Amino acid sequence: MKTNYNFWLLFTLSVITLSGCRSDDTIIPGEEETLPTETVTTVEGFYLLNEGNMNMNKASLDYYDYQTGTYSRNIYGEANPEATLGLGDVGNDIGIYGSKLYAVINNSNKLEVMDVKTSKRIKVIDIKNCRYVTFSNGKAYVSAYDGEVQLGETSANGFVAEIDTVSLEITNAVKVGRQPEEIAIVGEKLYVANSGGYSPPNYERTISVIDLNTFTKIKDIDVAINLHRLKADDYGDLYVSSRGDYYETPSKLFVIDTKSDSVKKSFDIACSNLTIAKDTAYIIGSEFNYSTFDWVINYSMIDVKSETLLDNSFLPQTVSEAIKTPYGIAVDPVSSTIYITDAGDYVSPGTLYCIDKDGNTKFTVTTGDIPGHITFQLKTTTLNP
Amino acid sequence: MYLCKKGGSHPISTLLVTWVMLSNMLYAQSNPSKVKIDKSLDSIGRTVLGEITLISTRHKFKIKSPMPAQVLSEQQLKKLNSFSVADAIRYFSGVQLKDYGGVGGLKTVNVRSLGSAHTAVFYDGMSISNAQNGQVDLGKYSLDNIEAIELYNGQKSSILQPARGLFSSNTLFLKTKTPHFSKTKKSQVKATFKIGSFGLISPSFLYQQKLSKKLALSASAEWVKAHGRYKYRYQKDGGYDTTATRQNGDITALRSELSLHAKLKGGGNAILKAYLYNSERGLPGAIVANRYKHVQRQWDTNIFVHGMLQNTYFKKHKLLVNLKFSRDYSRYIDPDYKTLEGALDNKYYQNEFYASIVNQYTLKNWWSISLATDYSVNTLDANLYRFPYPTRYSYLGAFSSHMSWNRFNIQANLLGGYIDEHVKYYQQGDNQYVFCPVLSASYQPFNTKKFRVRAYYKESFRMPTFNDLYYTFVGNSSLRPEFTTQYNFGATYISQSIGFLQSLSLQADVYYNHIKDKIIAMPSSNLFRWTMMNLGEVDIKGLEANANFSFQLPSKTTLNLGLNYTYQQAIDVTKSTTTYGDQIPYTPKHSGTLTSSLNWENWQINYSFIYTGERYSQKANIPVNYVKPWYTSDLAFTWNSKFLKMPLKIGIEVNNVFNQYYDVVLNFPMPGRNYRLNLSLIF
Repeated sequence: MKTNYNFWLLFTLSVITLSGCRSDDTIIPGEEETLPTETVTTVEGFYLLNEGNMNMNKASLDYYDYQTGTYSRNIYGEANPEATLGLGDVGNDIGIYGSKLYAVINNSNKLEVMDVKTSKRIKVIDIKNCRYVTFSNGKAYVSAYDGEVQLGETSANGFVAEIDTVSLEITNAVKVGRQPEEIAIVGEKLYVANSGGYSPPNYERTISVIDLNTFTKIKDIDVAINLHRLKADDYGDLYVSSRGDYYETPSKLFVIDTKSDSVKKSFDIACSNLTIAKDTAYIIGSEFNYSTFDWVINYSMIDVKSETLLDNSFLPQTVSEAIKTPYGIAVDPVSSTIYITDAGDYVSPGTLYCIDKDGNTKFTVTTGDIPGHITFQLKTTTLNP
Repeated sequence: MYLCKKGGSHPISTLLVTWVMLSNMLYAQSNPSKVKIDKSLDSIGRTVLGEITLISTRHKFKIKSPMPAQVLSEQQLKKLNSFSVADAIRYFSGVQLKDYGGVGGLKTVNVRSLGSAHTAVFYDGMSISNAQNGQVDLGKYSLDNIEAIELYNGQKSSILQPARGLFSSNTLFLKTKTPHFSKTKKSQVKATFKIGSFGLISPSFLYQQKLSKKLALSASAEWVKAHGRYKYRYQKDGGYDTTATRQNGDITALRSELSLHAKLKGGGNAILKAYLYNSERGLPGAIVANRYKHVQRQWDTNIFVHGMLQNTYFKKHKLLVNLKFSRDYSRYIDPDYKTLEGALDNKYYQNEFYASIVNQYTLKNWWSISLATDYSVNTLDANLYRFPYPTRYSYLGAFSSHMSWNRFNIQANLLGGYIDEHVKYYQQGDNQYVFCPVLSASYQPFNTKKFRVRAYYKESFRMPTFNDLYYTFVGNSSLRPEFTTQYNFGATYISQSIGFLQSLSLQADVYYNHIKDKIIAMPSSNLFRWTMMNLGEVDIKGLEANANFSFQLPSKTTLNLGLNYTYQQAIDVTKSTTTYGDQIPYTPKHSGTLTSSLNWENWQINYSFIYTGERYSQKANIPVNYVKPWYTSDLAFTWNSKFLKMPLKIGIEVNNVFNQYYDVVLNFPMPGRNYRLNLSLIF
């Protein structure tokens, strides 16, 4: 009886004692995988930014090295153990300019500036609800939804911030439309696609044009509702996508002539993402239909020189059947190798597909959650491709 | 009732012994058993005969219950350092509390991994539902006026209950304090004052008045205010180490209730209750890199009026009628979401009308049948773009049969439902017909009443919520209900007085659950990027064991000890997904609790411990989704005394004694060590 009593006392005490200690967390190390190599041209490899689902704080960075074929997953944490809570929440865009890597982390309200070789943090620039980044002439330009700091607390408009890539300070800001998305620069003009996505059905319909010399808005080009993607080709044209209203108005793609700053042509194809390499625009059209509750997906190509829609898909059928949620797209500017990502169900790791210009699948690799944005590392990087 | 009709085989003394044993079964009582007998006698003294049988029957069901039942009585609740119902139910086995942290943070319960929408919550016998999101925030229900919390896997074993009580996969019953008066006293006031960390101030009172022999009034109100600030820490070995203060977690809430209790001629009773809850709170949001402050706010108002009547009007028959009207208002503002009309400002209005009639008839002294019919209308209005303004008419019926012999009882329920959806605009959800069988049994295999085995099979479903069906850009009106199937096998053992071990109770269950057509959010390539789909499939295998001990120690000291262990393997078996075979998010394989209290004269020390094992924050079981185990220890000291002859109770609580920083839901940090002081006075 007595021993029994002591047993319970001991048991209780040991439980209490045990509750005091808990093993410490370590930074989750990156993972490496060896894939087939790629011929190094002026392109040495690429960074892939995984968005991570909102509020999960799971934006992550992967790197693929052409020469060794090494795919390194989740490299940011190990390179930056002192960065509290890691890269952040919702990685929305990435770009390389000079020796620096810039990542727009939307829900962390920051532009993360890193060393392009080591991916070590150089600076964090606070920009509330920032969306996309592009570069020109020693400056980085970032579009952002929330102009609280720059435009005053009540403004529904967004803005474009100008950041000096040497001092890494915000040097200027210009008011644009509501919820501005992608940016492109042609010559001395910066173009930004306005969406107005926060106030349906009153979407924005314009591209704002900013003169880079004065950093003032010179005009708005009326295009269509809810603009998103905006890419420039080598012939002075812009390709801009309208997301439609997800109900009656379908998604469409428009071509803008930057000489006249007017709509030149439109394509009746859905466009959720696009990239332009050499003379070809690669378009992912993934449209969700709220009447049929189903997706309609197409993988189209446009010859940007002749501005004609090509007949064939840019993906082999095996790949397009395997992909559940096409998300990111990038094409090597030299080899024309296609990199396309599958975001799956958004809450599990995604997949990256590498397809050479002849349509052969070279490799597939598991990425982080919602692989979205790829930037190529060039030997002498000057531009964000 | 039908059990008691057996009369001869169950004399009152047997009932009393059973009632004493049963009080010990799930949770050891603090008082020696002698006192408990007195208490039960007391209750007989002050109630009409009909109610004795009711009380006895209810407790009888706890051991004979073919479905696992867990109960926290008022005495036990006092030992648990719990502020709200949410804090207390963490001590049940098989339960995962999804807690977003702080006084005002959302707290929902997930029983046996079926998902929070599969647990129906009943407040004094009336279901509290939220047709909009299917979630009941248990943090809103303070323990101040709660007499008992009961959790039933499957359903409560009584067949005299509304159909809603039978339709859900699991049911949680919250019972408020019913008026009890001593012979000399006609009214009683209990005043309580709580003060604690996070700027918590909470005064409350409970007033009970005897109006006549048959009529009593009870009024209670509670006010809660807290700034909700607390320190939290995110830290990695050889890496960052950041301590910050939780912001925007403030809450101001008022709950008030008025109820009229009547005893009826036929031995039954009736209750009329009015309830009001009003709150304003900040939403502290997810803590992500570079973002430690959020500005979103929420207002809630919940009003309901509920009438209940239970009585016998002719021989062998019992009637239970429930009527309710409720109105819920919720407003959400996001100053960071700037629209053309200013900051996002969403308002939601929900109405529910609910009526239920249950007829129970005793065919033989060992066989009763019942028919429960429920009708409800739910509406939701919201100032959202492209909002369809849905109305849902639900017709639920349940036919039940309960047979009971000395050593064996068996219950069968046939549930049928028709749900009729209407919308003013856009696409309407499909009307649904559902049909579910339930079978449960309990058996005493040996010649001792101490040991029983039980088993049940239950099919049930949940309707897609209004948000699932109609939320702009997210809702999918083609959704079907989500179905669950449960199999359970278990055993109970109770014993008394083995030397210094005064009482012992053990219960263990193994179960297998399957969820099909699970409603999950899927990508849809638009601004909000999600839509709801009937896609998931989950297999859950689990084991639950709990043991309760009551020890008589030297020097008039008693020690009560409760141990609780849960094992769950909840596997995602959704076809053609990358996460096939992975444990579903936020479901630890191992979890457990320990509760203990030491009583000596007017003093009481309580210690409780909760362990939640490793989990994954998302579907894929990979290192980046790993969430490490957490375990907290809570301590409390209570002193019962008298102040000017009035009973006075002073309690000091220290929660999370070892100051462990942890997240229950990833990026929603929980408070470290915190304190609370409780004072209560009865006059």
